[in-house]
Amino acid sequence: MPDLLILEPTRRLMQTTPIAPVHLASIALEKSYRKGNHQIPVLRGVEINIRRGEFLSIVGQSGSGKSTLLHVMGLLDSPSVGEVLLDGDRIDDLPQKTRDELRNRVFGFVFQFYHLLPELTVLENVLAPLMIRHSMLSYWKRRREFRLAAEEILEKVGLTHRLKHKPNELSGGEMQRAAIARALVAKPEILLADEPTGNLDAGTGQEIMGLLRNLNEQDGLTIVMVTHDESLARSSHRLVRLTEGRLELLSDAA
Amino acid sequence: MYKLLLCVRYLRTRFIALASIISVMLGVATMIVVNSVMSGFGTEMRSRIHGILSDVVVETNSLDGVHDVDRWMKIIREVGGDDIDSLAAMVEIYGMMTYDYRGQPVMKTVQLIGIDPRTKSDVSPVAGLFETSLDSYQQIKEQGQVVREPLRSAGEPAGWELTADAAEARRHRIELEQRFIEQREWERKRSQPESEALDHNPSALFEPINAKTAKDSDKASPPDFSHDEEPAVAVDPAAPQRARLYVGAGLVEYVYTDEETGKAKVMRIIRPGEDVMISTISAGRPEPVRFHATVVDVFKSGMSEYDSNLVFCNLEELQKVRGMIDPQTKDGAVTSIQIKLKNYDRASEIVQRLSTALPPGLFSVRTWEQKQGPLLAAIEIEKAILNVLLFLIITVAGFGILAIFYMIVVEKTRDIGILKALGATSRGVMTIFLSYGLALGIVGSGVGVAIGLLFVTYIDNIEKGLSKLTGRKIFDETIYYFPKIPTDVSATMVIWVALSAVMIAVLASVLPARRAARLHPVEALRYE
Repeated sequence: MPDLLILEPTRRLMQTTPIAPVHLASIALEKSYRKGNHQIPVLRGVEINIRRGEFLSIVGQSGSGKSTLLHVMGLLDSPSVGEVLLDGDRIDDLPQKTRDELRNRVFGFVFQFYHLLPELTVLENVLAPLMIRHSMLSYWKRRREFRLAAEEILEKVGLTHRLKHKPNELSGGEMQRAAIARALVAKPEILLADEPTGNLDAGTGQEIMGLLRNLNEQDGLTIVMVTHDESLARSSHRLVRLTEGRLELLSDAA
Repeated sequence: MYKLLLCVRYLRTRFIALASIISVMLGVATMIVVNSVMSGFGTEMRSRIHGILSDVVVETNSLDGVHDVDRWMKIIREVGGDDIDSLAAMVEIYGMMTYDYRGQPVMKTVQLIGIDPRTKSDVSPVAGLFETSLDSYQQIKEQGQVVREPLRSAGEPAGWELTADAAEARRHRIELEQRFIEQREWERKRSQPESEALDHNPSALFEPINAKTAKDSDKASPPDFSHDEEPAVAVDPAAPQRARLYVGAGLVEYVYTDEETGKAKVMRIIRPGEDVMISTISAGRPEPVRFHATVVDVFKSGMSEYDSNLVFCNLEELQKVRGMIDPQTKDGAVTSIQIKLKNYDRASEIVQRLSTALPPGLFSVRTWEQKQGPLLAAIEIEKAILNVLLFLIITVAGFGILAIFYMIVVEKTRDIGILKALGATSRGVMTIFLSYGLALGIVGSGVGVAIGLLFVTYIDNIEKGLSKLTGRKIFDETIYYFPKIPTDVSATMVIWVALSAVMIAVLASVLPARRAARLHPVEALRYE
């Protein structure tokens, strides 16, 4: 792993506080999909509180709705019933534009299939959230600053030598690290990772897990990770299982 | 920013987009070329029509014409004021032209126009027209070789005198005819010596017109002793007739294909210096009159309607033959007065003023455009319809863009999901594809404009190349009389074509862009 992280004192303070405030929460979350004439329930009343600086893992079988839960909490999807709260304020019923902005500023997404844009280089992929956030003019004015920030983060994930490469020239682990760099460049508060190691071999998966743990411990980033691999999930603070749309607590490291 | 970046990247990495660029490009180029050539032909045609007609024409309603031309001209000058540049009087009448070709009489209906080339040359561009269209001013080339230098220099005014060449040709021809007649006389005398006395009027079919008239004046007239006293001086058999003509080329020549070379060649039946017969009707009580006239020159204006119809005649002679000259005052009547204006933009106003000032039953006043209204309108309509059809081509290109964009949106579904997950708004996603369409339109129509303009500039070289390639002449000068393809590029037209092509490209991308914007991020991310 590359040498990691200048720590921000405030975040470290928060992390050391015995009981951190609730960061992201869901209340009686229900989500169902229509398939023809049938409503297929995926989430059936999920209640969860995620504290600031917490590393939460959600495990469950395929189709148990764990990705859906992540999408709903990350405002990619809206719940059928229930609320999503950020710092105690309801966010799922905000106007579309505000939700788009929250996705850009508060959440960082990491996906199983990396989801990098194939036409852009690694550096451009990482810069994409900043390009989306800023207007063309203000981006142009601050492009040097942004570029430095992106390069710094890419250095953090160990991709300094791949800046100008297109995603299809990278290995799986490299692509996932690029995706994590992209999720981090916008300085999010919460990282939502959907099976980040699902497509990687065990060794690379461990590397990615280590990276995430470091981000959590040293930067104080709140991380919600979905996985079907319990052994990986055990290295997080808290482990919950999603079965048939409901949560049960498995272990609580904290 | 990401919009621009992605738009440019998609443009550079999607070769299928090249297809839509090419279709826009071809549509734009075609429209520019066709429009330029069409309006080139149109302008050329107008200038040729205008070449024969002067700006404003005052016509009498009867074929008898009006007397006292000077008084009418004075009125016109007073009414028109400073706008009138110059005036010319003309006699226009229908007639028939007859000449012998290989022993067969050839008849053509013609429009006979009596002019005075000196006055008419001030008025209408006829002066200029005569210089560009009269045969004697041209250098004749055959297969790149100069066969004959111009017989008249460019500055020389057109007149009714024969050129030296024509006079020589006439003399030669008449000598031949005389010899031919003498030979026939001799043969006839030898075979039927007893019928000698009846031989004064041989069959007209076999006898050239001129010879006949020469003989008529020589022998058919009653005995005249004063005439007999000076026989050699009185009649020069080679002197031209008093009536002189400029004849349209289409009346006296025909085009045939040389069987050896396969090239189009022009066969001229009547050359300057030869005589033809003109029949028309007299003024007053319409009675047929005919007279012999010498062709002074042949003109080729490029308007086939004119070249196969018009015969210009010297004004006084036509007036005399038609009995339009008042026996007391010696004042000749005219049927129309041609007006040349200083500023053609004021033509309709002048026409208005003249129509009210001149007695309405006697004259009708029109501009040349009004006179040729149907023809000019036909050109305009042709152009409009062609434009609509060509615009449909660009619309087809637009639907091509629509289909291709739809494909690209489907292909990029996952990327759209990613962008939305990263916080891109629906509007932002839509902007990507709209600006993609705009970029396609701009590039396509930009290249199209360049290609179209290049094509128009080098159209003659392209035509030559194509002719060589196909072995067939594509642009046949003998049909259009243009030495090269006329083109007329208008900046407004180019801008309109380019702008509308861009607009169609953008409009075609609206639907795919909306689809992209409405994609649900989660479904888009799941899309395989």
